[in-house]
Amino acid sequence: MCRIGAIKSLNYVHPSKALQLMNSQQKGHDNSGFAMVMQDLGGIFADYKQFPTLSLACTDEGLKIAEAILDALGFRQVFQWLPETSWKPGMDIKKMPNYVFRTFDYPEQCKSLPQREREELLTSTRLRIRAALEKDETGFAYSFWPDVITLKEIGDPRDIGTFFGLWEPDDSFTARTITAQCRQNTNYAIVRYAAHPFFLQGYVTLTNGENTFYQKNKEFQSTLHPGYIGFESDSQCFLYTMHYMHRQLGWPLQYYKHIITPLPFEEVVKRDDREELLAIRQSLAHLEINGPNTIIGTLPDFTMWVVCDAKKLRPIVVGHTRDTVVFSSEVCGINEILPERDWEADIYPNEREIVVVDNNLEVQRWKQ
Amino acid sequence: METVKINDLACNDLPWKVLYDTKRCTLCGSCVAACTFGAIKPKVERRRKSFSDTETPEPKITFSATPVITQVNILKHFCRGCGVCERVCPNNAIRSERNPDSRFNVVYQATTASGPKRGGRNNLEVQARTLDTIRVGRISQMTDPSLDAERHTFDCLAPLGRVLPATKLPFTLGPDGKLTKSGQTPPLHWIYPIIIGDMSIGALSWRMWEAVSMAVAYLNEECGLPVRQCSGEGGMPVRLLKSKYLKYVILQIASGHFGWNRIIKAMPHMVEDPGGVLIKIGQGAKPGDGGLLMAAKVASHIQSIRGVPKTDLLSPPNHQGLYSIEESVQKMFLSFNAAFKFRVPVAIKVAASATSVSVFNNLVRDPYNIVGGFFLDGIDGGTGAAHDISLDHTGHPVVSKLRDCYLAACAQGRQGQIPLWAAGGLGKTGNLAADAFKMFCLGANGVFTGKLMLQLAGCLGNEHSRCNACNTGLCPAGITTQEPLLVRRLDPDRVAENIVNYFLGVDKELRKLMAPIGNSSLPVGRSDCLISTDKAVADRLQVQYVC
Repeated sequence: MCRIGAIKSLNYVHPSKALQLMNSQQKGHDNSGFAMVMQDLGGIFADYKQFPTLSLACTDEGLKIAEAILDALGFRQVFQWLPETSWKPGMDIKKMPNYVFRTFDYPEQCKSLPQREREELLTSTRLRIRAALEKDETGFAYSFWPDVITLKEIGDPRDIGTFFGLWEPDDSFTARTITAQCRQNTNYAIVRYAAHPFFLQGYVTLTNGENTFYQKNKEFQSTLHPGYIGFESDSQCFLYTMHYMHRQLGWPLQYYKHIITPLPFEEVVKRDDREELLAIRQSLAHLEINGPNTIIGTLPDFTMWVVCDAKKLRPIVVGHTRDTVVFSSEVCGINEILPERDWEADIYPNEREIVVVDNNLEVQRWKQ
Repeated sequence: METVKINDLACNDLPWKVLYDTKRCTLCGSCVAACTFGAIKPKVERRRKSFSDTETPEPKITFSATPVITQVNILKHFCRGCGVCERVCPNNAIRSERNPDSRFNVVYQATTASGPKRGGRNNLEVQARTLDTIRVGRISQMTDPSLDAERHTFDCLAPLGRVLPATKLPFTLGPDGKLTKSGQTPPLHWIYPIIIGDMSIGALSWRMWEAVSMAVAYLNEECGLPVRQCSGEGGMPVRLLKSKYLKYVILQIASGHFGWNRIIKAMPHMVEDPGGVLIKIGQGAKPGDGGLLMAAKVASHIQSIRGVPKTDLLSPPNHQGLYSIEESVQKMFLSFNAAFKFRVPVAIKVAASATSVSVFNNLVRDPYNIVGGFFLDGIDGGTGAAHDISLDHTGHPVVSKLRDCYLAACAQGRQGQIPLWAAGGLGKTGNLAADAFKMFCLGANGVFTGKLMLQLAGCLGNEHSRCNACNTGLCPAGITTQEPLLVRRLDPDRVAENIVNYFLGVDKELRKLMAPIGNSSLPVGRSDCLISTDKAVADRLQVQYVC
């Protein structure tokens, strides 16, 4: 079973906190990988928030391919971070030759474009790089988006942390929003893309659980958006559904729950908004999920949220202090990094709730 | 000694032979009275008996006139094997037996210059059923626990009506962050995923039709199962049209338009909208043929409802005036939608065919969004009456075609926009829940069933050519006849009770199938949870082959 965790703070947080959060839950997962998305970046990236950063793991050949694509499109590099990796014999990590975190300025001709069109350019560029690297498995392009960094690797999360030097906190590599998970996909093939969290156009999700409506979701989503690809994990469907609802349809976050786990008919018909809810259920019947799962996610504005399946829950706890909120599969993870909090104020979300944390760390519980 | 008259019809030419035991018979006459086909009659035989009444054998011969029951060798009165004689005989003195050496097909046509007709079913039982090679093989284990069929809430409902893509929903986002529906959307009802198929009030006896209606009303009002029945082509009693129970009925219009004069006249007096309108283009059991109600069944109340004289009622094979799918959309769908002011879903029923996907594609792409359901009827369905040749040699199985239509919708990202409903032999082995469930997984939103209701009512026919006389008006069970004496054999309350009980059982069984795959709503399109032990079936339907 997966363990998932997320940290949202008023202060910039080093990923060592995410490692600590997950490490205390290591008995609950198989320590087969580490994946993390950092958003709302601080430290060395703080001055480049408006510029897209490419997160890429690749071979030398893959790097050349990616550079050629970015060059041809007119992206101009303005910053790069080279993680100081340290490999020692005996480490459990399937490392790649290059880990690329490069920040670019937009092509000149695109600077005057509306934001939405620039965002589409970023996505299409990442998809082009991904497709070009897929041929000989020369690399993995995880995200290409402003204020976002994605790191995924196969191996023991403790060794991965050591390899990237993530155990020692510092002020140079930080973020206000971090989502993390310590397991590779065990349902299907071990592919780096299959590791949570998943990212698309500012949206992130990570899941503990399964999606028994995977095939229905996948068949439906495949035709909805060019970014809905891969499907290496059944949990990618949760991300695509959120993206489709929130970005493509422009519906508020609260309707996510009505799409993925609609209320039983007998409850819907008693509600004032039954017409809308039934219309949603009809039109998006193929985006319904059947658990068990818990999904943590973030929106492009860094709002963090969590929902559970309506029938078969997976554990999730939300603990908070004045300046930090932590989501964790097991409470021991929160105890590790927020030991001083008021434990009685911990939230155990129920099957009909969305728990939402905004950038002021206001925690809201929305009942479906 | 009689001359051999080889060209006369003999009982051993017929499909069924009546076996009679004169020693057991008490000559009560029940069998002759009960046989609706006139296939047996009493007669007197001259019997020769040798006996001896002395201590040493001194055989003597005596002749006597013995009354017996005998099979009639008249083509019009051939035995259908319904078994009513055996059922009524108190002494087990008579029964019918299938004649493997029957010359019926030859002699019938040679005598009447016309092929045999029958009702009921196609009798293609020689083939293994596709659905029987399929199992629900994806069982939730360990990390994805099964649900509890008894305690969890299950949403076993299916849509009837056109579904808009989410991008076309007329939603406006209010300042409170809530979506509000601000425009018209096509009418849609969530109903039970099994519709009682379209059997007309002419095809069925009034008691049978009444029993189905009572069962449907009871299922809705007392059991909470929103089951719908389809009227079939032929209208409805005006009293029912004006009643609140109309909402449980899907009105059918077929190429004969039978009954619609009364329906239209009743419209101003309707207190409820009908549950839907189904435009029947074709029927799976006899594709290419229109409806057929033999004169024998056009009783006075049928004449009255349909506004016709007592004559064979043959619906044309196609709707007059429809020359293209576009025209069908514009004319029929629009006019029926408009007739009920766009409050009632309008669906189409077609026979499964090699071309079904083309028809479906045309409808799913229609820009008016008014086709509210695609009912696909396969070869294995039943019928009130049809020519043998249609039943035996035309048609298309429903399973692969339903799957084709679903996959065609998937390829266009339009799955669910026109709900798919499938029929044709579903439940023929007695377990409708399993068949329906497998069809859901292959892409059907729902299924419809007719013949099974007749079985529940006590139909004596089977898929091995037994009885199959629905067309004659002589139904020995009182189900498909308009003869008052025969109709009275049927107890409508018992039939309604059987149907209700069966549906309650199906509902439980559906849950017993949803629970192990871990789904609380119908697994429409979840072919990943099916497996097949037949490689060809697995490949064709794109499900996992197992061995």
